[in-house]
Amino acid sequence: MALTGLQIYKLLPQTNCKECGFPTCLAFAMKLAAKQVSLDLCPDASDEAKAALGAASVPPIKKVSIGSGNHRVELGEEVVLFRHDKTFYNETALALGVADDLPDEEFQRTVKTINDANFERAGENIAVSMVALIDKSGDAAAFAARAKTVKDTSPLPIALVTEDPSRAAAAVEVTGEAGGVLCGATAETAADFAEIAASNKWAMVIKSNSLEELGELAEKTTAAGVKDLLIDPGFKTQADILHNQTQIRRIALDRKEKGYGYPSALSIQEGIDPYQAALLVSLGVTKYAGLVILPEWHNWQFLPLLTLRQNIYTDPQKPLQVDGGIYSVGEPNENSPVYISTNFSLTYFMLSSEIDGSGEAAHIVIIDAEGMSVLTAWSAGKFGGEQVGKAVLASGIADKIKHRHVIIPGYVAVIKGEMEDAMKGWDIMVGPQEASDIPAYVKDVWLPLK
Amino acid sequence: MSINLPKKTWPGSIAEVTLGKTKENGGSRGSEIVVGGQNALPLHLFEGFIPHRPVIAFEIPDVEPPENDWTPIVREVYKDMLNDPVAWSKLVVEKYGAKLICLHFIGANPDRLDRPIAECVGLLKEIVAAVDVPIIVQGYGTGDKNSEMLAKCAEECRGEGITLASAVDEHYKTLAAAAIAYDCNLVAETPIDVNLAKQLNILLTDMNVPKDRILIDPLTGGLGYGYEYTYSVMERIRLQALGGDVMMCMPFINFVGQETWKVKEVKMTAAEEPSWGSEKERGILWEATTAYALLQAGSDILVMRHPEAIAQVEKSIDEFMSK
Ligand code: SF4
Repeated sequence: MALTGLQIYKLLPQTNCKECGFPTCLAFAMKLAAKQVSLDLCPDASDEAKAALGAASVPPIKKVSIGSGNHRVELGEEVVLFRHDKTFYNETALALGVADDLPDEEFQRTVKTINDANFERAGENIAVSMVALIDKSGDAAAFAARAKTVKDTSPLPIALVTEDPSRAAAAVEVTGEAGGVLCGATAETAADFAEIAASNKWAMVIKSNSLEELGELAEKTTAAGVKDLLIDPGFKTQADILHNQTQIRRIALDRKEKGYGYPSALSIQEGIDPYQAALLVSLGVTKYAGLVILPEWHNWQFLPLLTLRQNIYTDPQKPLQVDGGIYSVGEPNENSPVYISTNFSLTYFMLSSEIDGSGEAAHIVIIDAEGMSVLTAWSAGKFGGEQVGKAVLASGIADKIKHRHVIIPGYVAVIKGEMEDAMKGWDIMVGPQEASDIPAYVKDVWLPLK
Repeated sequence: MSINLPKKTWPGSIAEVTLGKTKENGGSRGSEIVVGGQNALPLHLFEGFIPHRPVIAFEIPDVEPPENDWTPIVREVYKDMLNDPVAWSKLVVEKYGAKLICLHFIGANPDRLDRPIAECVGLLKEIVAAVDVPIIVQGYGTGDKNSEMLAKCAEECRGEGITLASAVDEHYKTLAAAAIAYDCNLVAETPIDVNLAKQLNILLTDMNVPKDRILIDPLTGGLGYGYEYTYSVMERIRLQALGGDVMMCMPFINFVGQETWKVKEVKMTAAEEPSWGSEKERGILWEATTAYALLQAGSDILVMRHPEAIAQVEKSIDEFMSK
């Protein structure tokens, strides 16, 4: 945990010599705590102070990077148990499996599906993070050949899922440096895997079903030169996942025990119901897993899981507002309806989702009302007819449509008259009160009008 | 080496709320459901006392529901009883083992069918007679008619321990009075806001609604549509409750189905968006994932629609609660 100003002050010489440029040691300590200055400015700082401040600046969970290039995955550096306390930084990496014993064509098709599993959502790209090559053949040459195919046909890092170090070594040899992460090391094979990972700059996962042993193994593996390490506590039930992942995060943030300050991995077994498998991934996403390996999957699992991950890893300090301006739902054209609303995000989310559900693409003109909902904004004088009318005209929506109709929320029907005065020649239509009635409104009012 | 595993204990605990009343308690339900009572973070059985499992209610609309909200995947399941909520109730109880149902009075909405209150209450009585599980009665939204209708339901079915959804800001007094007079539970709904949730609980308790008769509806943002706010608001409310704030200590209810089946990511067919995969499984997983992650944030009652999504979440709850 970061040190407070007072804790730092106790480590300083306390002579107030001003060499650092601050009037007192305490003033300097406060700046240090705020991370605005460096300890170097104090010529008399003790080694003890340097060590303490150095340790405090190391993140409690190590940053780990997997692969190289554009699709490199970064994990770790998390600092909280609850996202509202700060945010969750590096989103859970999802690795989807492909078995090395699939026939050529099916193998390639499977890799392609994983490559293509990326979607535009709410202005962001959400995507599967890695290809997990699963050792089914039990044959080093076959495993390596498939690893080469993945390297040649996928931009994503590779997770090599094999418990056999010689097969992992063969695959690493053909795929080159920093190609991904080795998944399969246990207490027995940790040293062998560590050597492969360290000398080829691969990341690796170390697994043990005992949390005690896991910490020891992690320390040993790091000592063997592995820079990018993940720890996998294993599980039998969903209750184990919740327990293990939560405890690892807590111990890591606590910093008292060594060996747990690494991102964690969750490796889902084969042969389980696809819904249950997807729910396990969800649990990994909400409860701290850095890497989740899903060996068997279906493309219908992608959107729900990636959307959950997008939501959980959104910065909660992001204001509950969207910017004013014109938004599109679907691909609206010059004949599409125009809805007017405030910039309260939740109002906007609900409105856009209902418009989406109505099947009729539309423009939304968002009026900046300081993030208030429609009724609140109206009562606070931020959503009056004249203001709204002027803002709609200023938005430039007139250039995007051929008609002259706009739809206002039913709750503020009273502003219709003033809006008509402010927007001569426009038809101000009063929409439903609840966003959920928009599909019906489109069907009963908008479409007949067209 | 041995490590000391942290064990987090809390001064506060969640109130126990009982849904439904059996004969011994003056009603006619075959069973009562208790939620709440835990003194630990959600599903953290490894460090606290969690006496009751989260429960799932099947949502049943009072009239044939609109297609944009109840899409073909869900309609298919209930296709023979879309306009017969009594048969629908029986089906979910008898075939899918529903332990709790939520009758959703969408038809009473003046903007829709504007069904008279007497018809709504009549329907509720029929369902009370047809099935013996505890019942949640959800209005169509807000407004005087909504409150009057729910109050009338409470009055006519007094003694059955029904749950009224929802008391909202400005429209809580009628419902609070009804909940007290007819011994009902009351859902307190606020728009994804920690302080407003607490404020409404204070208003209700000030009116003498007992704490063990209130459920918090933090308002469920659909997955991809404000979900992250709901998730964190629930975590914050629950942390405050466990920290000892008795005005936050009520169990949660989340209306999951209503935020699932209308979104684009669920409605689009695989024919329209091949890379999204089969719409049936995608929709079921959307609902199940939404519910499942809310369990991690503390949900005690999940109101859902698709029996397969419900079965999957039940299976997971079993796994969490076993041992
Ligand atoms: S230089 Fe060091 S000893 Fe001198 S005032 Fe600054 S912190 Fe204190």
